[in-house]
Amino acid sequence: MSAAIVGIGELTPVRYSENKTTLSLIAESVAAALKDAGLQKDDIDGLLVGPQVGETPQHVPATVAEYLGIAPAMANTVDLGGATGAGMVWRAAAAIQMGMCETVVCVLANKHEKGHVPTSPNRNPIREFDVPFGASGANTSYALLKRLHMEKYGSKQEDFAEIAYWARKNAQLNPKAMFHGQPLSVQEVLASPMISDPLRLFEIVMPVAGGAAVIVTSEEKAIRGQHLPVFLKGAGEKITHRAVSQAPDTLPFSYSIPHALDQAKMKIEDIDLLSLYDCYTSVVATTLESTGLCAPGEFGDFIQNHTFGHDGDFPLNTHGGQLGFGQADLAGGMSHVIEAVVQLRGEAGSRQIPDAWHALVTGNGATLSETTALVLGGTP
Amino acid sequence: MTHLQNISLPGPTITPITKPFWEHLKKGVIMLQRCNTCEEWIFYPRAHCPHCFSESLRWEQASGRGVLKTWSIVHRPGNAAWKPLAPYVVGVVELKEGPSMLSHILTDHSNLAYQQEVEIDLITAGNQPLPFFKVCEEELN
Ligand SMILES: [Zn+2]
Repeated sequence: MSAAIVGIGELTPVRYSENKTTLSLIAESVAAALKDAGLQKDDIDGLLVGPQVGETPQHVPATVAEYLGIAPAMANTVDLGGATGAGMVWRAAAAIQMGMCETVVCVLANKHEKGHVPTSPNRNPIREFDVPFGASGANTSYALLKRLHMEKYGSKQEDFAEIAYWARKNAQLNPKAMFHGQPLSVQEVLASPMISDPLRLFEIVMPVAGGAAVIVTSEEKAIRGQHLPVFLKGAGEKITHRAVSQAPDTLPFSYSIPHALDQAKMKIEDIDLLSLYDCYTSVVATTLESTGLCAPGEFGDFIQNHTFGHDGDFPLNTHGGQLGFGQADLAGGMSHVIEAVVQLRGEAGSRQIPDAWHALVTGNGATLSETTALVLGGTP
Repeated sequence: MTHLQNISLPGPTITPITKPFWEHLKKGVIMLQRCNTCEEWIFYPRAHCPHCFSESLRWEQASGRGVLKTWSIVHRPGNAAWKPLAPYVVGVVELKEGPSMLSHILTDHSNLAYQQEVEIDLITAGNQPLPFFKVCEEELN
């Protein structure tokens, strides 16, 4: 691997945006990342964007390039749901390695206006075979996967609630987090309203408005940057299904995490930060079980017997995760990449992990359908 | 479930490939595709076998039975049309023939159990019968 992240830009999430467009939030995020990297817009020759940008469902890369005022030599939409952010990072590195471009901006943003209920653009087969039976939206799909875990392994609501507790606890050290100033007890999680049994409200991310961008460049350019470069050491990705009913009986991250660690020539014990995608508590549970830190079905024992703050046994989502930070749609997934960069640079302030050298970042899209894992490190 | 008649629910968006599945349900039978090459059963309907990529498929009557792999009691439906019916149960049924399908489970919540045997219970919403499931009668005795 010979590419590194040299710039990050993340907007402070807000519950609802006013007088913004997705494109304007994209531009704000890119401007912040350029400033962080000490680069000019004309240094950018690669562009990766997400799908369904509010103002344009099609030709998204060209629309974003035009809006930003850049002319990239490589531009693509990455459409992996919550895995999009992580998936962009290795795609940027691959394009750089191919010689198509040298400096790629990966950007995701979401406007979220009060009173506007986003409608799912889902079409067949999900529209034909899920919706007519009463299953619409991610909450029900993830509830089905959580119930399966509980029945198969005997995992308990208290164990899942611990994950929400730690996310909120860690968010107390991140002033940008949506739930900064609002810690949460395990009891409060267990008493929160049932949304789609067995998933309760405080186990589910809050949709917010925001945006995030990272800039990936070649090693040669990265070492001349104004921050410590954060190198891509390894990546793994697997797409297994779309609809929850078609999910295989395997651990969702059982391919992508080992693949990323193998590429990095590392073991899970070498990882200092677990930056694990957490749209729901249950996703962290099954991801932990895929890391090898605990056996399948045993995340409960693991979560009850360790600590997960920046000063804990296993620092996990030190920015608060999306459960504590808020989920600005696809940009939420990028928050796990950005926190890894902040920690590996040693710029995390009061939540800095001592001696943070390597981070495992995961992204998950649809219903544990699209999984991406990255190993990031402070050395090439 | 007669109250289903009185509200407008989003029905299936049928395609030329899936049409036979829905047409057979109108005659009261559940037919699934089966591969002439590898003999695997297929759901949802496709133009090819996702197991071996054969394009030689036939429609064959299925048992209409399976086990409940997982379920959720939906309190806050994602689709507004379902709100008057909440809380209700959706589940993933692993059919005897092999494939899994998502469905609506008509049962008292206290009957829900992992690997519970379930059978088809055709429910008509609009003019299209839908393959809902219920707990097998003998299981309840
Ligand atoms: Zn076949």
